[in-house]
Amino acid sequence: MARKLYQMTIHELHELLKNRHISSRELVVSMFERIDAVEQRVHAYITLTKQEALQQAETADQKISEGSAGPLTGIPIAIKDIFCTAGIATTCGSKILENFVPVYDATVIKKLKQQHAVLIGKTNMDEFAMGSSTETSYFGPTRNPWSLDRVPGGSSGGSAAAVAADECIAALGTDTGGSIRQPAACCGVVGMKPTYGRVSRFGMVAFASSLDQAGPFAKDVTDTALMMNCICGYDPLDSTSVNRDVPDYSRALVREVADLTLGVPKEYFSGPGMDLEVEKAVWHALRELERQGATIKEVSLPHTAYAVAAYYLIAPAEASSNLARYDGVKYGYRTPQETGLREMYELTRSEGFGAEVKRRIMLGTYALSAGYYDAYYKKASQVRTLIRRDFEQAFQICDLIVTPTAPTPPFKLGEKINDPLQMYLSDIFTIPANLAGLPGLSIPCGMSADGLPIGMQIIGNYFAEETMLRCAYCFEQQSEWHRKKPVLA
Amino acid sequence: MVQESAVKITRKDVAYVAYLARLRFTEEQLELFTEQLNTILSYFDKLQELDTTGIEPSTHAVDMCNAFRDDVVQPSSAVDDTLKNAPAHERNCFKVPKIIEG
Repeated sequence: MARKLYQMTIHELHELLKNRHISSRELVVSMFERIDAVEQRVHAYITLTKQEALQQAETADQKISEGSAGPLTGIPIAIKDIFCTAGIATTCGSKILENFVPVYDATVIKKLKQQHAVLIGKTNMDEFAMGSSTETSYFGPTRNPWSLDRVPGGSSGGSAAAVAADECIAALGTDTGGSIRQPAACCGVVGMKPTYGRVSRFGMVAFASSLDQAGPFAKDVTDTALMMNCICGYDPLDSTSVNRDVPDYSRALVREVADLTLGVPKEYFSGPGMDLEVEKAVWHALRELERQGATIKEVSLPHTAYAVAAYYLIAPAEASSNLARYDGVKYGYRTPQETGLREMYELTRSEGFGAEVKRRIMLGTYALSAGYYDAYYKKASQVRTLIRRDFEQAFQICDLIVTPTAPTPPFKLGEKINDPLQMYLSDIFTIPANLAGLPGLSIPCGMSADGLPIGMQIIGNYFAEETMLRCAYCFEQQSEWHRKKPVLA
Repeated sequence: MVQESAVKITRKDVAYVAYLARLRFTEEQLELFTEQLNTILSYFDKLQELDTTGIEPSTHAVDMCNAFRDDVVQPSSAVDDTLKNAPAHERNCFKVPKIIEG
């Protein structure tokens, strides 16, 4: 059976578009046929923008006919609903922003539009990106396309599920503690969190500003590199953006790993909660890379066990401050009740935020409050230094660090939603890279006996995205996992 | 149930933090949050196992200092645009409930 357009990759579609075998319009129509067929079951999107997409496709087709097609020109891309999109609702998965329509585009959106990519909709997410399952969304959960009673991971679960279910060609997400890598692993797609500062945060709704970073979801490593080429770069509108040249990441995709030493941290392969199938799949992938010439070396990241505790103090502390802006005055929801000012604040926030967001605001406010600052926030920030040093030492003896992305395959909807601590622990392998500001990537590396995807995480040194992509590419060339598709029809 | 000895945060503390955060909870929610926050804060005790004397805290992921630019006027959002998402506005101002009682 001939493959449908919506099933293809960016690089395949770019060839078809450039050589005028298909039009972007045809591609967008095919995309929405797919969305119409499966979206009701997956619920990957909060908002679909078909009319705007068809208009953008028309412009893209014109650019292509003029001979000025970039790699993303005419390609349908889904956007996590955390990025401001001018004229299109940006809810962040929250009631408090249900009717918020930004008047400007986030820098990454501008960059996609400059290449004439086609934006087809805004994807579902945990409310304010706080969650690991997409279940805390005010708009209801997204389901894992591989098994509809399982979570797609989170917080960028809608973007990951949309790529896995062929409801878009690639997508954008954000990663504060694993919110790109963990859903990528859960949905069997590639997801990349770049080095902190590599991608502009301007126009991205802030959760924890010292940890947040945007990145791509794609069907393979080549598409990931093409997305990175578009979104990376210095932005004077983000004071933490790093002024450093962006390489052509697709040129890094060569079949050569013999020069690489892969560090395997023993702390990531032991301990309770580690699924044996996951461990086996990641080791199998490591052996494949070794067969291709890479050197495998055990390394130690001794403070790994403290990362979750440090993160769930630092991130909520930053969030409690960032979310103070939702006060019912400048934008967003305001309580309809007639009240005085203070009551208006309290009712607006209590009616507008969901339980997990409130829990984190409370944790953060407590950790920063008089008398507790040293014991909690300062202590966690010191442990953050220790975690950074662990990585500095490990990278003296290895080029990349390879671990499972998540300790288990995707769990069932409802399984952890009433046990916040258990939910937090599902980020145990992804959080350390955020605390250290390091880039991380998740690539499909196996399937559980139940047919659920398993992801392998590759962590690089600062700005080592090219080496990470090269390693992932070499594995992918000898693997079929990225070609496997969930059955939804 | 949270053991008496393991109590990190009382219901009264939770109510006070809610006041600081401008959140309001029902009695039932206060009960649940007190229990959940105690479980989470007890988990954080793990950090006390580490001796961090003399360790510099990291407040950023990567080393950075201030980002300066020349003090030149830049374009910003138009007033109409800025007010577009306001729950209430009047004559180029955000409108809020009365602040001074009396």
